[in-house]
Amino acid sequence: MSETGKILTANRLNDGLVVFLSAANIWTRHINDAALAQEANAQSALAKRGEDFEAANIVTGAYLVGAERDDGEILPDHIRERIRAAGPSVHPGLLVENPHVSLR
Amino acid sequence: MPLLNQREFKADPWTFLDTSEPVPSGGDIVVPFERLVSDFKTLMLHDGQLGVAFPNNLPVTELEPYLQRLQLVTLDFPAFTDGRAYSQARELRTHFGFKGELRAAGNLLPDQLGFMQQVGFDYFEIADERFSLDAWLDAATSISLSYQPSFTSRSQMPISTARGLADTSAPDAEDWPEQPHYG
Amino acid sequence: MYRYDEFDARFVAERVSQFRSQTERRLSGELSEDEFKPLRLMNGLYLQLHAYMLRVAIPYGTLSSQQMRALADISEKYDRGYGHFTTRQNMQFNWIALEDTPAILEDLAKVEMHAIQTSGNCIRNVTADHWAGAAADELADPRPVAELIRQWSSLHPEFSFLPRKFKIAVTGAPNDRAAVKFHDIGLRLHLNEHGQRGWEVIAGGGQGRTPMVGVTVRDWLPEAELLGYLEAIIRVYNLFGRRDNKYKARIKILVHETGAEKFRDLVEEEYARKPGSGIEVDARELERIEAYFGGPNFEVLAMVQPEFEQDKLRGREFARWVRANVSAHQMPGYAIANISVKPVGGIPGDATAAQMRTIADIAERFGNDEIRVSHHQNLVLPHVRQSDLHEIWQVLQANGLGTANLGLIGDIISCPGLDYCALATARSIPVSQALSRRFSNPDRQAEIGPLRLNISGCINACGHHHVGHIGILGLEKKGVEFYQITLGGSSATDSAVGGVLGPGFSAEEVPDAIETIVDTYIALRMDKETFLQAYRRVGAGPFKEALYAAA
Ligand code: SF4
Repeated sequence: MSETGKILTANRLNDGLVVFLSAANIWTRHINDAALAQEANAQSALAKRGEDFEAANIVTGAYLVGAERDDGEILPDHIRERIRAAGPSVHPGLLVENPHVSLR
Repeated sequence: MPLLNQREFKADPWTFLDTSEPVPSGGDIVVPFERLVSDFKTLMLHDGQLGVAFPNNLPVTELEPYLQRLQLVTLDFPAFTDGRAYSQARELRTHFGFKGELRAAGNLLPDQLGFMQQVGFDYFEIADERFSLDAWLDAATSISLSYQPSFTSRSQMPISTARGLADTSAPDAEDWPEQPHYG
Repeated sequence: MYRYDEFDARFVAERVSQFRSQTERRLSGELSEDEFKPLRLMNGLYLQLHAYMLRVAIPYGTLSSQQMRALADISEKYDRGYGHFTTRQNMQFNWIALEDTPAILEDLAKVEMHAIQTSGNCIRNVTADHWAGAAADELADPRPVAELIRQWSSLHPEFSFLPRKFKIAVTGAPNDRAAVKFHDIGLRLHLNEHGQRGWEVIAGGGQGRTPMVGVTVRDWLPEAELLGYLEAIIRVYNLFGRRDNKYKARIKILVHETGAEKFRDLVEEEYARKPGSGIEVDARELERIEAYFGGPNFEVLAMVQPEFEQDKLRGREFARWVRANVSAHQMPGYAIANISVKPVGGIPGDATAAQMRTIADIAERFGNDEIRVSHHQNLVLPHVRQSDLHEIWQVLQANGLGTANLGLIGDIISCPGLDYCALATARSIPVSQALSRRFSNPDRQAEIGPLRLNISGCINACGHHHVGHIGILGLEKKGVEFYQITLGGSSATDSAVGGVLGPGFSAEEVPDAIETIVDTYIALRMDKETFLQAYRRVGAGPFKEALYAAA
C-alpha cells in the first residue's frame, strides 16, 4: 500500500552531498530512511526543522519534495529529485561513497 | 553607526539630513542628492562642510556642477552584489579628480573592503555589527598584490611595479612596502 | 606556455589562503550562505545536484603535461576518478567537498593553476582559439593577449560585482574557432597595411536564453589601447547593464536595448575620458609574456614526410583518424593532432584519471609538453611531427581516445544536464550517448560529413545548442523531459543562431528524429554540400516535412 506526502532534502554544508531528514531527526544519505510527512501540519513542521538545520550550518538549501512510499521504498515525484536521490543516471553505482573521500 | 577609516572605527562627525530636516546653523552636513539640487543656492552658503549621498542609478556626471563645493560623497551599495558604486567611485576619483572623503554605505561586507579601497573609497559606514575590526582589516589585506596598476590602495602593491615595469599612475606606489596595510 | 613569476605565484597563494579563511568562516557560520555564495563562485565552486562542483580554469585552454597530471591526481584524491572538459575550455570536478576545496586549490597552485573567476558575476576565464600558435591560417598567436587579459581581469576591483557574468574570447586567425561573435566581448586580430596589429572588438554576443550575434564596436583597435578600451566597455556595462532581471542582465541585452549605435557612443564617450591613463598595454610587459609563447624549437622538416605517407597506407583506421582528427600545422612536417573525447556511447568531455595521464605522457613524449582543451570538449596536441602520428594514434587507440570523429556527427557537444546540473530541465548526456551509438558507424559518419550536433540540458545553452548545425534543447513539462530541435546554427566564421524546427520529442524519439533529418539532408544535398550549406540553401521546409508530415 502506498503513501504519499513530502520528504525533506538538502545538501550537507561541509561536503555538499544530498541528504534526507529521517524520523529520528538525523540527516541520512538514504532516501528510504527519510521521514514522509503526510499531513499539512507535519509537512510544515518538517520544513521548519530544515530551516533550523540551515541556521545551524549543518545543511544548505533545505526544501520539501513530493514523494510516494511503496513497500518501504520512497520515490520522489519529480525526475530531478529521483536523480538527486539515485545519483547520475549515466553513472550507475557512483552514489556509493568514493573510497578517496572520507565519509562524513 | 561606526565609521571605518585608517584602520579604526571612528565616530561619525557628519550630520545626515533627510529631504526636509532643517539645516543647522553650522557643522558638517550631508544631504540627499535631490536636496542638493533643489536647495543648492542656500546649501552652498552653509557654514560648514557639505556632503551628498548619491544614488547608484544616476550617472556621476550629474554631480559635476557641485563637486567644487563638496567635501564628502557617499555612494550606495543597496546590496553587496550591486557593484555600480565601484565604477562611480572610480569615475569620481579619476575623471573628476575628486579629492574629498569618499564613503561607502549600505550592505558592506569585509571581503569587499579591499576592492572598495582600490577604486578610491576611504571611509566605510559599518551598519553590520557582526564583524570585528580585525575581521574587516584581515579581509581587506588578504591580497597584497594587484594586477591593476592604476587601481591602488596602500594594501596592494601593483604587480607591474614589482616586476620593475613603469608605473605611470600609482602615486602611492613607493609608500607601499613600508605600509603594507590598509589606510 | 606562460609560467608564473614570483608575483603571480604569491597572488595565487594569497588567494588560496583568503578562500581558506572564507571557507572557515562559512563553516563556522560567521558568513551566511547568501554572503558566502558569491565568494565561493568567484573561486569556481558551485553547489550542484549531488555535491559541490569545482571548475578549474584552464586559461585559453592551454595546459602542460604536469598540469594535466595534477588534474588527474585531484580527480582521484578528492573526486571519483574522472573530470569533465567543458565548452569553456575548463575542467569540472563533480564530487567535491567544500572542506577539501582549499587543499585542492593549494594543489592546483603548485602547478600554477587556479579556479579564480570561473564563475560569478565577474570577468570569466578568457578563452581562445584552441589551435593558437599552431594553425596554418593564423596571423599571430592570440594567447599573449589572452594572458594579458587574464592578469588584468584577475580580481579586478571595479568589475567583480557586474550585473552578470562576462566572457571574453580571443582569436588570431581569420577562421573563427573561438566563437568571438558569441561572447560578451570577442577580439579578432587584424593586421593593417603596415603589418601592425590591431584588434576588432565585438561586443554583445552570447547564447543562453536570448542568443545574439555580437556587433563590432571597433574595427581596428591598436593593441596598446586594448585594456583601456575593454575597461571602458565593461564600465558602461557595470553602470548601465540591467540588474532588475537576471535574464536580462547580460551585456547583449544592454547592447540590444540601447541600440548598437548608441552603445558604441557610450563606450567611445567613456573611453575618450581616458580613465585608464595607467593602463596602456606596456610593450615590455607584452614582450615579457610573448617570450613564453614561442612554441617549440621546430625542426626544419620536409613538407612531405614519407614515413607518414607510408603509415597512412598501412591501415584504414589510421587513415580515417588522420582524415578526421589531424589538422594542418603552420610548420612543414608538423601537424595538429586532435583527440576526440567523444568515444562511441561515452560521456562527451569526460576523461578518467588514467586517460588524463595517458595524454600527459603523449604530450611529453611527442608534443612539446603542450595540451589544449577545445570548446568542443576535445583535446589537442598542437605541435606534433607527422612522422610520430602513427605511434600517437596507437597509444590513443589503446586508451579509448582514438575515436576518429572530429567535427562529425559523433563529435557531440553536450553539457552535463540533469544528471549533474542544478539548473537543468532535462538530461542531455543520455541523449548524446544514444545518438553517438546510433551514428557509431565511422563510414556513415564520414559519408554524412561535417556536422555539429550540440545538446543543452536547459535554456542556459552551455551545450551551445543554438550554434549547432543541429541543436537539441532539453526541456520539461510536468516532470517529463522533452527535446526541441533547432537547425542551422553555427559558431564559426559563418555565425548564425539556429531556428526551432517544431514541436519537441521525447528522449526515445530523438535518435529517430535526428536520423530523419540526416537522411533528408543526404537525399537533397548537391555535390559536396555540407549539412549547413544544404540547410541554408533549402531552409527548414524539407526537414519539417520529413519530420512532421507523417504524423
Ligand atoms: S545548459 Fe543548463 S543544464 Fe546544461 S550545464 Fe548549462 S545550466 Fe546546466
